[in-house]
Amino acid sequence: MHTLSLKELSDGLKARRFSSRELTRHYLDRIGAHDRALNSYITVTAERALAQADAADARLAAGEAGALTGIPLAQKDIFCTAGVRTSCGSKMLDKFVAPYDATIVRKLDGAGMVMLGKANMDEFAMGSSNETSFYGPVKNPWDLERVPGGSSGGSVAAVAAGLAPVATATDTGGSIRQPAALTNLTGIKPTYGRVSRYGMIAFASSLDQAGVVARSAQDAALVLQAMSGFDPLDSTSVERPVDDYSGALGKSLKGLRIGLPKEYFAEGLDPGARACIEAAVKVYEGLGASVREVSLPNAPLSVPTYYVVAPAEASSNLARFDGVRYGHRAEGVHTLEELYKRSRGEGFGAEVQRRIMIGTYVLSHGYYDAYYLKAQKVRRLIYDDFRRAFGEVDLVLGPTAQSVAFKLGDKTDDPVAMYLNDIYTIAANLAGIPAMSLPCGFHQGLPVGMQLMGNFFDEARMLNAAHQYQQATDFHRQWPKGFE
Amino acid sequence: MSLSPEQVKQVAHLARLSLPPEKVGPYATQLSNILQMVDQLSGASTDQVPPMAHPLEMVQRLRADAVSEENRREAFQAIAPAVENGVYLVPRVIE
Repeated sequence: MHTLSLKELSDGLKARRFSSRELTRHYLDRIGAHDRALNSYITVTAERALAQADAADARLAAGEAGALTGIPLAQKDIFCTAGVRTSCGSKMLDKFVAPYDATIVRKLDGAGMVMLGKANMDEFAMGSSNETSFYGPVKNPWDLERVPGGSSGGSVAAVAAGLAPVATATDTGGSIRQPAALTNLTGIKPTYGRVSRYGMIAFASSLDQAGVVARSAQDAALVLQAMSGFDPLDSTSVERPVDDYSGALGKSLKGLRIGLPKEYFAEGLDPGARACIEAAVKVYEGLGASVREVSLPNAPLSVPTYYVVAPAEASSNLARFDGVRYGHRAEGVHTLEELYKRSRGEGFGAEVQRRIMIGTYVLSHGYYDAYYLKAQKVRRLIYDDFRRAFGEVDLVLGPTAQSVAFKLGDKTDDPVAMYLNDIYTIAANLAGIPAMSLPCGFHQGLPVGMQLMGNFFDEARMLNAAHQYQQATDFHRQWPKGFE
Repeated sequence: MSLSPEQVKQVAHLARLSLPPEKVGPYATQLSNILQMVDQLSGASTDQVPPMAHPLEMVQRLRADAVSEENRREAFQAIAPAVENGVYLVPRVIE
């Protein structure tokens, strides 16, 4: 059952070939059998899942089921789930049981989906390898000695290994797309403001966006549809109707204009990954798309811009963790200042502390103009590059990551080397545009992903371009050995 | 730009983070490396470029001036590390 698409699962449930309880039990059994090796879940919510499955079966029996009713999923542990621990991968929130549901949790529960558990992640979504989690690293199902990417490493490992048919994820600088690329999945980060951030623990509020990791564009379209839409509880939610993503998946690509940013094919891209992406470009030409070079001249400044903007916002957002209202509290302290400092010193891991300190520094008196204001100006240059590009082309195509998954521990001592993992993904967050990664081949037996970037609110066109490519290729159908 | 161990201690104080002494040196090196990478920005020409704080040029939405949230004091205090009689406990700040 775990090799079926969401559409096939839904058809099977509606035809009563299997019940949601049987399907849920199947996934819980697979988690029990395989997750010791992967560590993709922080919390498995078996009882809650079976209760949701029974409710879904009742809806199915009553003929009241939607496209996702009875289908299990994993929720990234960054989304608040009422009554269930929501850790954000941090010791700070190890004992935090959320008092309310995130909007997307409420929506997906409402659609009748069954939450199997909370997926592992880098602490506060800060990382590109899932090695900063308080709950230990996640392993890549394609090679257990390698990282799955981050920060949504648990979400991708669970879906790639068939321990969930689909998972939610979040992307502040590439945290959906880079791990999707490293595990042979399809992951989409929609336009900023398309999916509610209410109840999604904040990292960098002008960049954070929720999305999906799935085994095909078709699956991703179904779940993204259910997550998207205006939410009055999120002050940056966009009041704009949601396109019909699944309905857009049949269109021919004849006449589609694809741009290849020359800066994304410069030095640094692994030749093995480059070959896969160039072959994908040929597939698109065969499907009727026209391809031309475009330029995003300021894209090489994405990483330094991000490492000012994101830590600045993070240092402000994470100021709420004070040891008083919720989260970790240090023992045996005698002053309020000591309570703050020790609670935060003990509760946050090293990467989170580094980013809080960088953010505090770049916002401090005397450095604000040189760092924060400067980064905001360069952010506009990056945004303007995309506006120009989308005047010439419909979609931009390039690599998602510089190479295939690297080994656990390879980059943990060198933050700057780790940050460069997101060199191709960060620009979309800075600009706010939608972007996705999809499988486009293998190099040394490991998956390679390509990235599509679209204009604001052009998710439907992007998903269709991914879907058409997946009709012409079968990379996305490959399974890691031992998890078939 | 590089940060000295003394500057790291000062930034940690501003961020209300206690750092064990043995971590100050490694943090100074790592944070300096990050700031050196960030220094690439100084080469970008940004005269007349307005800063961009947010990807959507939106203004704050207004709502009717009416109560929309119910009081959930008990639910929120139930997850606090230390409360008593409906208030959050902290170390004494007034002698």
